[in-house]
Amino acid sequence: MALYSEKVMDHFRNPRNVGVIEDANGIGEVGNAKCGDIMKMYLKIENDIVQDVKFETFGCGSAIASSSMATELIKGQPLSEVRKLTNKAVAEALDGLPAYKMHCSVLAEEAIQSALEDYERRKQSGE
Amino acid sequence: MIYADQAATTRMSEAAINTMVSVMKENYGNPSSLYSFGQRAKEILEKAREDIAEVIGASPEEILFTSGGSESDNQAILSAAELGRRNGKTHIISSAFEHHAVLHTLEKLKKSGFDITLLDVHENGIVSPEEVRNAIREDTCLVTIMYANNEIGTIQPISEIGMICRERNVLFHTDAVQAVGHIPLNVRTDQVDMLSASAHKFHGPKGVGFLYARKGIRLSSLIEGGAQEKGKRAGTENVPGIAAMAAALKEAADHLEERAAKVSALRDRLIRGLGQIPHCALNGDAVRRLPGNVNFCFEGIEGESLLLLLDDKGIEASSGSACTSGSLDPSHVLLAIGRVHDVAHGSLRLSIGEELTEEEADYMIQFVQEVVAYLRGFSPVWRDLCAGKTRFIL
Ligand SMILES: Cc1ncc(COP(=O)(O)O)c(C=O)c1O
Ligand SMILES: [Zn+2]
Repeated sequence: MALYSEKVMDHFRNPRNVGVIEDANGIGEVGNAKCGDIMKMYLKIENDIVQDVKFETFGCGSAIASSSMATELIKGQPLSEVRKLTNKAVAEALDGLPAYKMHCSVLAEEAIQSALEDYERRKQSGE
Repeated sequence: MIYADQAATTRMSEAAINTMVSVMKENYGNPSSLYSFGQRAKEILEKAREDIAEVIGASPEEILFTSGGSESDNQAILSAAELGRRNGKTHIISSAFEHHAVLHTLEKLKKSGFDITLLDVHENGIVSPEEVRNAIREDTCLVTIMYANNEIGTIQPISEIGMICRERNVLFHTDAVQAVGHIPLNVRTDQVDMLSASAHKFHGPKGVGFLYARKGIRLSSLIEGGAQEKGKRAGTENVPGIAAMAAALKEAADHLEERAAKVSALRDRLIRGLGQIPHCALNGDAVRRLPGNVNFCFEGIEGESLLLLLDDKGIEASSGSACTSGSLDPSHVLLAIGRVHDVAHGSLRLSIGEELTEEEADYMIQFVQEVVAYLRGFSPVWRDLCAGKTRFIL
């Protein structure tokens, strides 16, 4: 029995949207080295739409796959949709995760929400 | 496929398989039966006991067959605790990086009133005999220190600790699951009172092991029932498994020196090659370690993703990262030698055997280097380290 679904392994082996956006206008980093997974999300938002998204992850297979899937789910989406993204949606899109790995998908949700907050903060402080 | 997880389990030797099959086919009698067919099974059992005793320097009546390392550890510790309690001695000394079969048994005893001292294992992963001496008290009933650590492979100064315990008249148990069949050991010269071993770590079958207990030490039984094993372990004996264990151990002992020399050379080749990777560290003493153990921490990456990518390249290994253990904490062994969480998550254990070739070792070095570099390429931790935002630990 494989530890992970084919979908998870596909996103782990060939992660989508890996890297950095130099002129990102929303950046979020969550997790810590203590628990073993850290995710960093870079968003480029224009006209309330996620034009581009990239990620960097230090973590296990499901952390990397969750980051990759989460970026796919929000790319090109309006912010109203992005705000509704849940870890459950990420896990479901990956055809499920082992129960003790669900926290990795939670991090993906949190990283995106944190990047969104950063974007709102920057907008309010007006640049 | 390159199997580099020999510390987890090993392939059964041909001799062990052949012995097991032949006993299953031809000698399926019950050793407790009095007719000659049963008595033949009894002979096989007793021959196995003699062979095993001879390899470790014990007498046959000092060998008790069990279901493996965990059971042996449990029985040894609980027996010593029972003896101690009768004499009002409820202090036990052990180390911080023992196998969970030992640590969890000690935790259970702690709840029932025992006082447990877990000795430091220092940065090199080796217990200090002087610290054992200093920790012994009037009420110490047991010292239990593993022969060699299963994760980082460090070999403990067992004969020195044995001498101290004998002097102070304290029982000494060692979990030798990773040592038996791999490095020379002798319960008499090591002055060990009890020793645990498990067949599947030396090319024998899974679910079989033994406990050596020096003559005169009264064991308590974990399993009540029939009078097998002098009433110390009820249940019809696993005759095929036990015979196969003895065959595997004899073979391992016969080839021990030549194999240890070959495997140590491969180990050192791997250590040299992997040591070239920037910001890494070998875990555990480089010299006082099992022939087949290589264990590194690589800064900026996480172990499970490393294992999965190595698996794709046909390399089977293990890690002490949290995400491979199912808990949020990385290996207690790596924490015990002072690795902080940040780097303990990025560990890799390659445990190799005599079947490995130099070409395979070089192949592993190459792919570990590649995979570490690839994972660092999109690790935010590595980016911060390289940008000088955080300090390198390794
Ligand atoms: C040091 C040590 N002790 C005990 C055990 C448990 O042995 P078994 O799996 O035979 O119960 C192991 C095996 O993982 C081990 O490495
Ligand atoms: Zn994880």
